[in-house]
Amino acid sequence: MNIQTTALDVAKIREDFPILAREVHPGVPLVYLDSTATSQRPRQVVEAMERLIYHSNANIHRGIHVLAEEATAAYEEARGKIAKFINAPSARQVIYTRNTTESINLVAQSWGRANLKAGDVVILTEMEHHSNLVPWQILAMEKNLRLEFIPVTEDGLLDLDAYRELLTLEPKLVAFTQMSNVLGTINPAKEIIVLAHAAGAVTLVDGAQSVPHLPVDVQALNADFLAFSAHKMLGPTGIGALYGRKELLEAMPPFMGGGDMIKRVELRSFQPNSIPHKFEAGTPAITEAIGFGAAVDYLNQIGMVAVESYEQEIVAYALERLAEIPGVRVFGPEAEQKGAVVSFLLDDLHAHDISQVLDMHGIAVRAGHHCAQPLHDKFGITSTARASFYIYSAFEEVDKLVAGIYKVKEMFA
Amino acid sequence: MDDLYRELIIERYKSPQFRGELDPHDISFEDDNPLCGDHIRVDLRLDENDTVTEAAFSGQGCAISQASADLLMESVVGKSLAEVKALTKDDLLDLLGIELGPVRLKCALLSLKVLKAGAYGLGEANDDLVE
Ligand SMILES: Cc1ncc(COP(=O)(O)O)c(C=O)c1O
Repeated sequence: MNIQTTALDVAKIREDFPILAREVHPGVPLVYLDSTATSQRPRQVVEAMERLIYHSNANIHRGIHVLAEEATAAYEEARGKIAKFINAPSARQVIYTRNTTESINLVAQSWGRANLKAGDVVILTEMEHHSNLVPWQILAMEKNLRLEFIPVTEDGLLDLDAYRELLTLEPKLVAFTQMSNVLGTINPAKEIIVLAHAAGAVTLVDGAQSVPHLPVDVQALNADFLAFSAHKMLGPTGIGALYGRKELLEAMPPFMGGGDMIKRVELRSFQPNSIPHKFEAGTPAITEAIGFGAAVDYLNQIGMVAVESYEQEIVAYALERLAEIPGVRVFGPEAEQKGAVVSFLLDDLHAHDISQVLDMHGIAVRAGHHCAQPLHDKFGITSTARASFYIYSAFEEVDKLVAGIYKVKEMFA
Repeated sequence: MDDLYRELIIERYKSPQFRGELDPHDISFEDDNPLCGDHIRVDLRLDENDTVTEAAFSGQGCAISQASADLLMESVVGKSLAEVKALTKDDLLDLLGIELGPVRLKCALLSLKVLKAGAYGLGEANDDLVE
Protein backbone atom coordinates (compact mmCIF):
# COMPACT_ATOMS: atom_id res chain seq x y z
CA MET A 1 0.00 0.00 0.00
CA ASN A 2 1.45 3.35 -0.93
CA ILE A 3 -0.72 6.29 -0.10
CA GLN A 4 2.01 8.49 1.24
CA THR A 5 1.06 12.11 1.07
CA THR A 6 2.53 15.08 -0.68
CA ALA A 7 0.14 17.71 0.66
CA LEU A 8 2.23 18.58 3.74
CA ASP A 9 5.77 18.15 4.98
CA VAL A 10 4.70 16.59 8.25
CA ALA A 11 8.21 15.83 9.49
CA LYS A 12 9.13 19.48 9.16
CA ILE A 13 5.90 20.65 10.77
CA ARG A 14 6.49 18.33 13.72
CA GLU A 15 9.73 20.13 14.50
CA ASP A 16 7.68 23.19 15.43
CA PHE A 17 5.81 21.23 18.11
CA PRO A 18 8.26 20.28 20.87
CA ILE A 19 5.63 18.34 22.79
CA LEU A 20 5.42 15.77 19.99
CA ALA A 21 8.96 14.69 20.80
CA ARG A 22 8.25 13.75 24.40
CA GLU A 23 7.81 10.34 25.93
CA VAL A 24 4.70 9.68 27.97
CA HIS A 25 6.06 6.60 29.71
CA PRO A 26 9.72 5.61 29.91
CA GLY A 27 10.74 4.70 26.36
CA VAL A 28 7.22 5.23 25.02
CA PRO A 29 6.87 8.23 22.70
CA LEU A 30 3.69 10.28 22.54
CA VAL A 31 1.24 9.59 19.73
CA TYR A 32 -1.13 12.50 20.06
CA LEU A 33 -4.47 11.68 18.44
CA ASP A 34 -6.68 14.05 20.39
CA SER A 35 -6.52 17.29 18.40
CA THR A 36 -10.29 17.51 18.20
CA ALA A 37 -10.34 18.12 21.94
CA THR A 38 -7.47 20.56 21.76
CA SER A 39 -4.60 20.94 19.31
CA GLN A 40 -0.96 21.27 20.23
CA ARG A 41 0.74 24.67 19.84
CA PRO A 42 3.80 25.41 17.74
CA ARG A 43 6.80 27.38 18.94
CA GLN A 44 5.75 30.30 16.77
CA VAL A 45 2.57 30.79 18.82
CA VAL A 46 4.38 30.52 22.13
CA GLU A 47 7.09 32.92 20.95
CA ALA A 48 4.56 35.52 19.85
CA MET A 49 2.96 35.36 23.29
CA GLU A 50 6.35 35.48 24.96
CA ARG A 51 7.30 38.58 22.94
CA LEU A 52 4.23 40.36 24.13
CA ILE A 53 4.77 39.36 27.74
CA TYR A 54 8.49 40.22 27.83
CA HIS A 55 8.34 43.28 25.63
CA SER A 56 4.95 44.97 25.36
CA ASN A 57 2.76 43.83 28.23
CA ALA A 58 0.17 46.42 29.23
CA ASN A 59 -3.55 46.74 29.41
CA ILE A 60 -5.17 47.69 26.13
CA HIS A 61 -7.32 50.61 25.00
CA ARG A 62 -6.64 52.60 28.13
CA GLY A 63 -3.13 53.92 28.45
CA ILE A 64 -1.18 56.56 26.63
CA HIS A 65 2.22 55.02 27.01
CA VAL A 66 4.38 53.02 24.69
CA LEU A 67 3.56 49.61 26.15
CA ALA A 68 -0.17 50.28 26.08
CA GLU A 69 0.06 51.46 22.49
CA GLU A 70 2.03 48.38 21.46
CA ALA A 71 -0.22 45.95 23.28
CA THR A 72 -3.33 47.57 21.84
CA ALA A 73 -1.90 47.50 18.34
CA ALA A 74 -0.92 43.85 18.67
CA TYR A 75 -4.34 42.91 20.03
CA GLU A 76 -6.14 44.67 17.18
CA GLU A 77 -3.70 43.38 14.60
CA ALA A 78 -4.47 39.83 15.70
CA ARG A 79 -8.19 40.56 15.34
CA GLY A 80 -7.50 41.68 11.78
CA LYS A 81 -5.69 38.43 11.01
CA ILE A 82 -8.51 36.36 12.42
CA ALA A 83 -11.06 38.36 10.42
CA LYS A 84 -9.12 37.85 7.24
CA PHE A 85 -8.71 34.15 7.96
CA ILE A 86 -12.48 33.66 7.76
CA ASN A 87 -12.87 36.40 5.13
CA ALA A 88 -14.96 38.66 7.37
CA PRO A 89 -15.72 41.98 5.61
CA SER A 90 -14.34 43.89 8.59
CA ALA A 91 -12.30 43.19 11.72
CA ARG A 92 -15.03 44.97 13.68
CA GLN A 93 -17.24 41.97 13.04
CA VAL A 94 -14.93 39.69 14.99
CA ILE A 95 -15.52 39.65 18.72
CA TYR A 96 -13.04 38.05 21.05
CA THR A 97 -14.59 35.57 23.46
CA ARG A 98 -13.17 32.83 25.68
CA ASN A 99 -14.09 30.02 23.30
CA THR A 100 -16.80 28.65 21.02
CA THR A 101 -18.99 28.01 24.01
CA GLU A 102 -18.91 31.63 25.10
CA SER A 103 -19.48 32.80 21.53
CA ILE A 104 -22.66 30.75 21.30
CA ASN A 105 -23.83 31.84 24.73
CA LEU A 106 -23.25 35.43 23.67
CA VAL A 107 -25.57 34.97 20.69
CA ALA A 108 -28.17 33.16 22.80
CA GLN A 109 -28.14 35.70 25.61
CA SER A 110 -27.85 38.85 23.52
CA TRP A 111 -29.41 38.23 20.11
CA GLY A 112 -31.66 35.42 21.35
CA ARG A 113 -33.03 37.27 24.32
CA ALA A 114 -33.76 40.36 22.25
CA ASN A 115 -35.20 38.61 19.22
CA LEU A 116 -36.92 35.40 20.30
CA LYS A 117 -40.28 35.13 22.00
CA ALA A 118 -42.62 32.42 23.26
CA GLY A 119 -43.48 29.85 20.62
CA ASP A 120 -40.60 30.77 18.31
CA VAL A 121 -38.90 27.83 16.66
CA VAL A 122 -35.14 27.24 16.84
CA ILE A 123 -33.70 24.48 14.68
CA LEU A 124 -30.59 22.63 15.87
CA THR A 125 -29.27 19.21 14.85
CA GLU A 126 -28.95 15.89 16.65
CA MET A 127 -25.18 16.02 16.28
CA GLU A 128 -24.56 19.21 18.23
CA HIS A 129 -21.89 19.57 20.86
CA HIS A 130 -23.45 20.42 24.23
CA SER A 131 -22.20 23.96 23.71
CA ASN A 132 -24.62 24.47 20.82
CA LEU A 133 -27.42 22.74 22.66
CA VAL A 134 -27.54 23.77 26.30
CA PRO A 135 -27.42 27.57 25.67
CA TRP A 136 -30.58 27.16 23.58
CA GLN A 137 -32.19 24.89 26.14
CA ILE A 138 -31.56 27.54 28.79
CA LEU A 139 -33.13 30.21 26.60
CA ALA A 140 -35.97 27.90 25.59
CA MET A 141 -36.88 27.37 29.24
CA GLU A 142 -36.79 31.07 29.94
CA LYS A 143 -38.71 32.10 26.82
CA ASN A 144 -40.77 29.04 26.08
CA LEU A 145 -39.16 28.47 22.70
CA ARG A 146 -39.72 25.39 20.62
CA LEU A 147 -36.51 23.48 19.82
CA GLU A 148 -36.50 21.20 16.78
CA PHE A 149 -33.69 18.98 15.55
CA ILE A 150 -32.46 17.98 12.12
CA PRO A 151 -32.14 14.19 12.46
CA VAL A 152 -28.90 12.31 11.89
CA THR A 153 -29.06 9.30 9.57
CA GLU A 154 -27.47 5.91 10.29
CA ASP A 155 -24.48 6.95 8.14
CA GLY A 156 -23.97 10.01 10.29
CA LEU A 157 -25.30 12.60 7.86
CA LEU A 158 -27.93 15.27 8.40
CA ASP A 159 -31.30 14.35 6.95
CA LEU A 160 -31.87 17.35 4.69
CA ASP A 161 -35.34 16.26 3.62
CA ALA A 162 -36.40 16.33 7.24
CA TYR A 163 -34.72 19.74 7.50
CA ARG A 164 -36.77 21.11 4.60
CA GLU A 165 -39.86 19.81 6.37
CA LEU A 166 -38.84 21.55 9.62
CA LEU A 167 -38.36 24.83 7.78
CA THR A 168 -42.10 25.01 7.16
CA LEU A 169 -42.34 25.80 10.91
CA GLU A 170 -40.82 29.20 10.02
CA PRO A 171 -37.89 29.03 12.44
CA LYS A 172 -36.26 32.20 13.70
CA LEU A 173 -32.86 30.57 13.99
CA VAL A 174 -30.98 27.61 12.53
CA ALA A 175 -27.84 26.79 14.54
CA PHE A 176 -25.66 23.87 13.48
CA THR A 177 -22.15 22.54 13.53
CA GLN A 178 -20.20 22.69 10.29
CA MET A 179 -18.21 19.63 11.34
CA SER A 180 -19.21 17.04 13.92
CA ASN A 181 -16.62 16.48 16.64
CA VAL A 182 -17.74 12.86 16.97
CA LEU A 183 -18.71 11.61 13.53
CA GLY A 184 -16.42 13.95 11.64
CA THR A 185 -19.30 14.72 9.30
CA ILE A 186 -18.75 17.86 7.25
CA ASN A 187 -22.21 19.31 6.89
CA PRO A 188 -23.33 21.15 3.74
CA ALA A 189 -23.24 24.50 5.49
CA LYS A 190 -23.90 26.59 2.43
CA GLU A 191 -27.02 24.65 1.49
CA ILE A 192 -28.30 24.69 5.07
CA ILE A 193 -27.85 28.46 5.22
CA VAL A 194 -29.47 29.15 1.83
CA LEU A 195 -32.52 27.15 2.89
CA ALA A 196 -32.62 28.80 6.32
CA HIS A 197 -32.47 32.28 4.82
CA ALA A 198 -35.20 31.42 2.33
CA ALA A 199 -37.35 30.48 5.32
CA GLY A 200 -36.53 33.77 7.02
CA ALA A 201 -34.22 32.36 9.71
CA VAL A 202 -30.96 33.72 11.08
CA THR A 203 -28.08 31.21 11.02
CA LEU A 204 -25.35 30.35 13.49
CA VAL A 205 -22.50 28.09 12.45
CA ASP A 206 -20.54 26.25 15.13
CA GLY A 207 -17.11 26.40 13.53
CA ALA A 208 -15.17 24.87 16.45
CA GLN A 209 -14.08 21.97 14.23
CA SER A 210 -14.44 23.43 10.75
CA VAL A 211 -12.39 26.62 11.10
CA PRO A 212 -9.26 24.71 12.24
CA HIS A 213 -9.51 22.10 9.51
CA LEU A 214 -11.13 23.58 6.38
CA PRO A 215 -11.05 26.86 4.50
CA VAL A 216 -14.06 28.76 5.93
CA ASP A 217 -15.28 31.90 4.22
CA VAL A 218 -18.15 33.62 6.04
CA GLN A 219 -19.07 35.69 3.01
CA ALA A 220 -19.20 32.71 0.66
CA LEU A 221 -21.25 30.85 3.28
CA ASN A 222 -23.36 33.93 3.97
CA ALA A 223 -23.39 32.90 7.63
CA ASP A 224 -24.93 35.30 10.13
CA PHE A 225 -22.84 34.07 13.05
CA LEU A 226 -19.76 31.86 13.24
CA ALA A 227 -18.25 30.66 16.53
CA PHE A 228 -14.79 29.12 16.98
CA SER A 229 -11.96 28.55 19.49
CA ALA A 230 -8.23 29.27 19.18
CA HIS A 231 -7.14 26.21 21.15
CA LYS A 232 -8.39 23.83 18.50
CA MET A 233 -6.39 25.61 15.78
CA LEU A 234 -2.87 25.74 17.24
CA GLY A 235 -3.63 28.73 19.46
CA PRO A 236 -3.83 29.03 23.23
CA THR A 237 -6.77 28.23 25.50
CA GLY A 238 -8.85 31.06 26.91
CA ILE A 239 -9.57 32.81 23.63
CA GLY A 240 -12.09 32.30 20.88
CA ALA A 241 -14.09 34.39 18.47
CA LEU A 242 -17.56 35.20 17.32
CA TYR A 243 -18.10 36.53 13.83
CA GLY A 244 -21.43 38.26 13.22
CA ARG A 245 -23.16 40.09 10.45
CA LYS A 246 -22.73 43.81 11.05
CA GLU A 247 -26.41 44.83 11.21
CA LEU A 248 -27.12 42.03 13.66
CA LEU A 249 -24.19 42.84 15.94
CA GLU A 250 -24.98 46.54 15.92
CA ALA A 251 -28.59 45.95 16.86
CA MET A 252 -27.79 43.48 19.63
CA PRO A 253 -27.79 44.52 23.29
CA PRO A 254 -24.53 44.04 25.24
CA PHE A 255 -23.76 40.61 26.66
CA MET A 256 -21.79 41.52 29.78
CA GLY A 257 -21.38 44.92 31.33
CA GLY A 258 -18.17 46.52 32.55
CA GLY A 259 -15.11 48.39 31.38
CA ASP A 260 -14.27 48.74 27.68
CA MET A 261 -17.78 47.92 26.48
CA ILE A 262 -19.10 51.42 27.12
CA LYS A 263 -18.98 54.74 25.37
CA ARG A 264 -20.18 56.75 28.33
CA VAL A 265 -21.36 55.88 31.82
CA GLU A 266 -23.51 57.85 34.24
CA LEU A 267 -24.66 56.72 37.64
CA ARG A 268 -27.89 55.23 36.40
CA SER A 269 -27.22 54.57 32.74
CA PHE A 270 -24.65 53.88 30.09
CA GLN A 271 -24.18 54.10 26.35
CA PRO A 272 -22.61 51.01 24.82
CA ASN A 273 -19.43 51.22 22.82
CA SER A 274 -19.48 50.38 19.13
CA ILE A 275 -18.75 46.86 17.87
CA PRO A 276 -16.70 44.84 18.58
CA HIS A 277 -15.91 46.52 21.91
CA LYS A 278 -19.57 46.49 22.95
CA PHE A 279 -19.20 42.76 23.54
CA GLU A 280 -15.77 42.79 25.17
CA ALA A 281 -16.35 43.82 28.76
CA GLY A 282 -13.36 43.86 31.08
CA THR A 283 -9.70 43.14 30.45
CA PRO A 284 -9.60 40.42 27.80
CA ALA A 285 -7.11 37.61 27.24
CA ILE A 286 -4.62 39.94 25.57
CA THR A 287 -1.64 37.62 25.39
CA GLU A 288 -3.85 34.82 24.14
CA ALA A 289 -5.31 37.04 21.43
CA ILE A 290 -1.77 37.60 20.16
CA GLY A 291 -1.24 33.84 20.25
CA PHE A 292 -4.47 33.38 18.30
CA GLY A 293 -3.17 35.73 15.62
CA ALA A 294 0.12 33.82 15.45
CA ALA A 295 -1.78 30.53 15.08
CA VAL A 296 -3.65 32.00 12.14
CA ASP A 297 -0.32 33.08 10.63
CA TYR A 298 0.98 29.56 11.02
CA LEU A 299 -2.06 28.00 9.34
CA ASN A 300 -1.97 30.57 6.54
CA GLN A 301 1.61 29.79 5.83
CA ILE A 302 0.68 26.14 5.32
CA GLY A 303 -2.56 27.06 3.57
CA MET A 304 -5.98 25.78 4.58
CA VAL A 305 -6.48 24.03 1.26
CA ALA A 306 -3.38 21.94 1.96
CA VAL A 307 -4.55 21.33 5.53
CA GLU A 308 -7.87 20.05 4.30
CA SER A 309 -6.42 17.81 1.63
CA TYR A 310 -3.83 16.33 3.96
CA GLU A 311 -6.51 15.52 6.52
CA GLN A 312 -8.61 13.90 3.82
CA GLU A 313 -5.69 11.64 3.03
CA ILE A 314 -4.91 10.68 6.58
CA VAL A 315 -8.52 10.03 7.55
CA ALA A 316 -9.02 7.87 4.45
CA TYR A 317 -5.92 5.92 5.45
CA ALA A 318 -7.10 5.58 9.05
CA LEU A 319 -10.52 4.33 7.98
CA GLU A 320 -8.93 1.81 5.66
CA ARG A 321 -6.56 0.51 8.33
CA LEU A 322 -9.25 0.34 11.02
CA ALA A 323 -11.51 -1.61 8.68
CA GLU A 324 -8.89 -4.37 8.69
CA ILE A 325 -9.35 -5.00 12.40
CA PRO A 326 -12.05 -7.52 13.28
CA GLY A 327 -14.51 -6.13 15.81
CA VAL A 328 -13.90 -2.44 15.12
CA ARG A 329 -17.02 -0.39 14.56
CA VAL A 330 -16.48 3.11 13.17
CA PHE A 331 -19.18 5.75 13.51
CA GLY A 332 -19.87 8.41 10.91
CA PRO A 333 -19.76 8.80 7.16
CA GLU A 334 -17.26 7.70 4.53
CA ALA A 335 -13.96 9.52 4.18
CA GLU A 336 -15.18 11.95 1.50
CA GLN A 337 -17.74 13.51 3.82
CA LYS A 338 -15.60 13.43 6.88
CA GLY A 339 -12.99 15.52 8.64
CA ALA A 340 -10.03 13.95 10.39
CA VAL A 341 -12.03 12.43 13.24
CA VAL A 342 -12.60 8.72 13.74
CA SER A 343 -14.85 7.58 16.58
CA PHE A 344 -14.94 3.86 17.11
CA LEU A 345 -15.65 0.96 19.40
CA LEU A 346 -13.97 -2.42 19.63
CA ASP A 347 -15.77 -5.71 20.29
CA ASP A 348 -17.94 -5.18 23.37
CA LEU A 349 -15.32 -3.14 25.18
CA HIS A 350 -15.90 0.13 26.90
CA ALA A 351 -14.26 3.20 25.35
CA HIS A 352 -12.41 3.92 28.62
CA ASP A 353 -10.71 0.58 28.50
CA ILE A 354 -9.76 1.01 24.86
CA SER A 355 -8.25 4.40 25.51
CA GLN A 356 -6.59 3.35 28.75
CA VAL A 357 -4.76 0.48 27.09
CA LEU A 358 -3.82 2.69 24.13
CA ASP A 359 -2.41 5.17 26.61
CA MET A 360 -0.13 2.48 27.97
CA HIS A 361 1.38 2.49 24.49
CA GLY A 362 1.64 6.26 24.41
CA ILE A 363 -1.40 6.75 22.21
CA ALA A 364 -3.64 9.59 23.34
CA VAL A 365 -7.21 9.24 22.12
CA ARG A 366 -10.29 10.53 23.80
CA ALA A 367 -12.95 8.33 25.36
CA GLY A 368 -16.42 9.36 26.39
CA HIS A 369 -19.43 11.03 24.88
CA HIS A 370 -17.33 13.96 23.64
CA CYS A 371 -19.93 16.42 24.90
CA ALA A 372 -22.48 14.99 22.49
CA GLN A 373 -24.60 12.77 24.69
CA PRO A 374 -27.79 12.97 22.62
CA LEU A 375 -25.86 11.81 19.55
CA HIS A 376 -24.51 8.79 21.42
CA ASP A 377 -28.01 8.05 22.71
CA LYS A 378 -29.17 8.09 19.10
CA PHE A 379 -26.66 5.36 18.23
CA GLY A 380 -27.59 3.44 21.38
CA ILE A 381 -24.15 3.75 22.99
CA THR A 382 -22.83 5.70 25.96
CA SER A 383 -19.36 6.45 24.74
CA THR A 384 -16.84 6.01 21.95
CA ALA A 385 -13.08 6.16 21.60
CA ARG A 386 -12.04 8.94 19.27
CA ALA A 387 -8.82 9.34 17.31
CA SER A 388 -8.37 12.68 15.60
CA PHE A 389 -5.67 14.07 13.37
CA TYR A 390 -4.16 17.40 12.48
CA ILE A 391 -1.37 18.83 10.36
CA TYR A 392 1.32 17.24 12.55
CA SER A 393 -0.24 13.77 12.58
CA ALA A 394 1.88 11.24 10.71
CA PHE A 395 0.70 8.20 8.80
CA GLU A 396 2.96 6.08 11.04
CA GLU A 397 0.83 7.23 13.95
CA VAL A 398 -2.17 5.63 12.30
CA ASP A 399 -0.14 2.43 12.12
CA LYS A 400 0.69 2.75 15.81
CA LEU A 401 -2.98 3.21 16.58
CA VAL A 402 -3.81 0.05 14.69
CA ALA A 403 -1.08 -1.89 16.50
CA GLY A 404 -2.38 -0.46 19.78
CA ILE A 405 -5.90 -1.61 19.06
CA TYR A 406 -4.60 -5.14 18.56
CA LYS A 407 -2.94 -4.82 21.97
CA VAL A 408 -6.31 -3.86 23.46
CA LYS A 409 -7.86 -6.96 21.92
CA GLU A 410 -5.12 -9.09 23.40
CA MET A 411 -5.53 -7.65 26.86
CA PHE A 412 -9.23 -8.40 27.02
CA ALA A 413 -9.15 -11.60 24.95
CA MET B 1 0.55 1.33 34.48
CA ASP B 2 -0.18 -2.24 33.38
CA ASP B 3 -1.24 -2.86 36.97
CA LEU B 4 -4.43 -1.02 36.19
CA TYR B 5 -5.69 -4.12 34.51
CA ARG B 6 -4.31 -6.58 37.01
CA GLU B 7 -5.85 -9.99 36.82
CA LEU B 8 -8.45 -9.40 39.49
CA ILE B 9 -9.91 -6.45 37.59
CA ILE B 10 -10.08 -8.22 34.23
CA GLU B 11 -11.54 -11.30 35.89
CA ARG B 12 -14.23 -9.39 37.77
CA TYR B 13 -15.01 -7.38 34.66
CA LYS B 14 -15.42 -10.47 32.49
CA SER B 15 -17.26 -12.61 35.02
CA PRO B 16 -18.83 -10.45 37.67
CA GLN B 17 -20.33 -12.30 40.63
CA PHE B 18 -22.71 -9.65 41.84
CA ARG B 19 -24.20 -8.44 38.60
CA GLY B 20 -27.97 -8.25 38.36
CA GLU B 21 -31.02 -6.66 39.91
CA LEU B 22 -32.79 -7.60 43.11
CA ASP B 23 -36.54 -7.52 43.03
CA PRO B 24 -37.89 -6.91 45.58
CA HIS B 25 -35.18 -4.92 47.32
CA ASP B 26 -34.95 -2.75 50.40
CA ILE B 27 -32.66 -0.17 48.85
CA SER B 28 -32.13 0.73 45.24
CA PHE B 29 -30.33 3.69 43.75
CA GLU B 30 -28.87 4.65 40.39
CA ASP B 31 -26.76 7.41 38.94
CA ASP B 32 -24.59 8.45 35.98
CA ASN B 33 -21.00 9.46 35.54
CA PRO B 34 -21.37 12.79 33.74
CA LEU B 35 -17.92 12.48 32.17
CA CYS B 36 -18.70 9.40 30.14
CA GLY B 37 -22.43 8.82 30.49
CA ASP B 38 -21.94 5.52 32.32
CA HIS B 39 -24.73 4.36 34.54
CA ILE B 40 -24.80 2.17 37.64
CA ARG B 41 -27.64 0.85 39.73
CA VAL B 42 -27.19 -0.82 43.10
CA ASP B 43 -29.83 -2.96 44.85
CA LEU B 44 -29.59 -4.16 48.46
CA ARG B 45 -31.61 -6.50 50.63
CA LEU B 46 -31.43 -6.06 54.41
CA ASP B 47 -32.47 -8.24 57.30
CA GLU B 48 -34.43 -7.02 60.34
CA ASN B 49 -31.19 -5.71 61.93
CA ASP B 50 -30.35 -3.63 58.85
CA THR B 51 -27.56 -5.95 57.85
CA VAL B 52 -27.00 -6.38 54.12
CA THR B 53 -27.94 -9.91 53.10
CA GLU B 54 -27.76 -9.50 49.34
CA ALA B 55 -26.26 -6.92 47.00
CA ALA B 56 -26.27 -6.53 43.24
CA PHE B 57 -25.28 -3.94 40.65
CA SER B 58 -26.37 -3.33 37.09
CA GLY B 59 -25.76 -0.79 34.35
CA GLN B 60 -22.82 -0.31 32.05
CA GLY B 61 -19.31 0.99 32.34
CA CYS B 62 -15.66 0.35 31.80
CA ALA B 63 -13.65 -2.49 33.33
CA ILE B 64 -12.61 -0.32 36.26
CA SER B 65 -16.14 0.77 37.11
CA GLN B 66 -17.60 -2.72 36.66
CA ALA B 67 -14.89 -4.50 38.63
CA SER B 68 -15.07 -1.95 41.38
CA ALA B 69 -18.85 -2.31 41.60
CA ASP B 70 -18.52 -6.09 41.78
CA LEU B 71 -15.87 -6.00 44.49
CA LEU B 72 -17.84 -3.41 46.40
CA MET B 73 -21.02 -5.52 46.34
CA GLU B 74 -19.04 -8.48 47.60
CA SER B 75 -17.65 -6.41 50.45
CA VAL B 76 -20.96 -5.05 51.70
CA VAL B 77 -22.73 -8.37 52.16
CA GLY B 78 -22.77 -8.95 55.92
CA LYS B 79 -22.13 -5.30 56.75
CA SER B 80 -24.58 -3.20 58.71
CA LEU B 81 -26.17 -0.21 57.04
CA ALA B 82 -24.15 2.01 59.36
CA GLU B 83 -20.95 0.36 58.15
CA VAL B 84 -22.01 0.83 54.54
CA LYS B 85 -22.60 4.52 55.19
CA ALA B 86 -19.13 4.79 56.68
CA LEU B 87 -17.32 3.32 53.66
CA THR B 88 -14.73 5.64 52.18
CA LYS B 89 -12.90 6.14 48.95
CA ASP B 90 -9.83 4.51 50.47
CA ASP B 91 -11.81 1.41 51.40
CA LEU B 92 -12.77 1.00 47.78
CA LEU B 93 -9.28 1.68 46.48
CA ASP B 94 -7.98 -0.97 48.88
CA LEU B 95 -10.39 -3.46 47.36
CA LEU B 96 -9.21 -2.58 43.87
CA GLY B 97 -5.55 -2.51 44.82
CA ILE B 98 -4.58 -0.06 42.08
CA GLU B 99 -3.70 3.59 41.79
CA LEU B 100 -5.95 5.72 39.66
CA GLY B 101 -5.67 9.13 38.05
CA PRO B 102 -8.40 11.73 38.56
CA VAL B 103 -10.50 10.66 35.57
CA ARG B 104 -10.46 6.94 36.22
CA LEU B 105 -11.06 7.57 39.91
CA LYS B 106 -14.53 8.78 38.95
CA CYS B 107 -15.15 5.47 37.18
CA ALA B 108 -14.10 3.52 40.23
CA LEU B 109 -16.07 5.64 42.67
CA LEU B 110 -19.38 5.70 40.84
CA SER B 111 -20.60 2.49 42.48
CA LEU B 112 -19.59 3.69 45.94
CA LYS B 113 -21.36 6.97 45.40
CA VAL B 114 -24.52 5.19 44.28
CA LEU B 115 -24.31 2.71 47.16
CA LYS B 116 -23.91 5.43 49.78
CA ALA B 117 -26.62 7.65 48.34
CA GLY B 118 -28.92 4.64 48.55
CA ALA B 119 -27.82 3.78 52.09
CA TYR B 120 -28.44 7.32 53.26
CA GLY B 121 -31.74 7.46 51.39
CA LEU B 122 -30.71 10.59 49.54
CA GLY B 123 -32.64 11.97 46.60
CA GLU B 124 -29.46 12.66 44.70
CA ALA B 125 -25.96 11.23 44.67
CA ASN B 126 -23.41 13.75 45.78
CA ASP B 127 -19.67 13.81 45.20
CA ASP B 128 -19.17 14.63 48.89
CA LEU B 129 -20.10 11.01 49.63
CA VAL B 130 -16.84 9.77 48.16
CA GLU B 131 -14.46 12.61 49.03
C1 LIG C 1 -18.27 21.03 17.44
C2 LIG C 1 -17.83 21.70 18.70
N1 LIG C 1 -18.53 22.74 19.16
C3 LIG C 1 -18.17 23.38 20.28
C4 LIG C 1 -17.09 23.00 21.02
C5 LIG C 1 -16.76 23.75 22.27
O1 LIG C 1 -15.55 24.38 22.18
P1 LIG C 1 -14.94 25.11 23.45
O2 LIG C 1 -14.85 24.08 24.52
O3 LIG C 1 -13.61 25.59 22.99
O4 LIG C 1 -15.87 26.21 23.81
C6 LIG C 1 -16.34 21.91 20.59
C7 LIG C 1 -15.19 21.45 21.40
O5 LIG C 1 -15.03 20.30 21.72
C8 LIG C 1 -16.71 21.26 19.41
O6 LIG C 1 -16.01 20.21 18.97
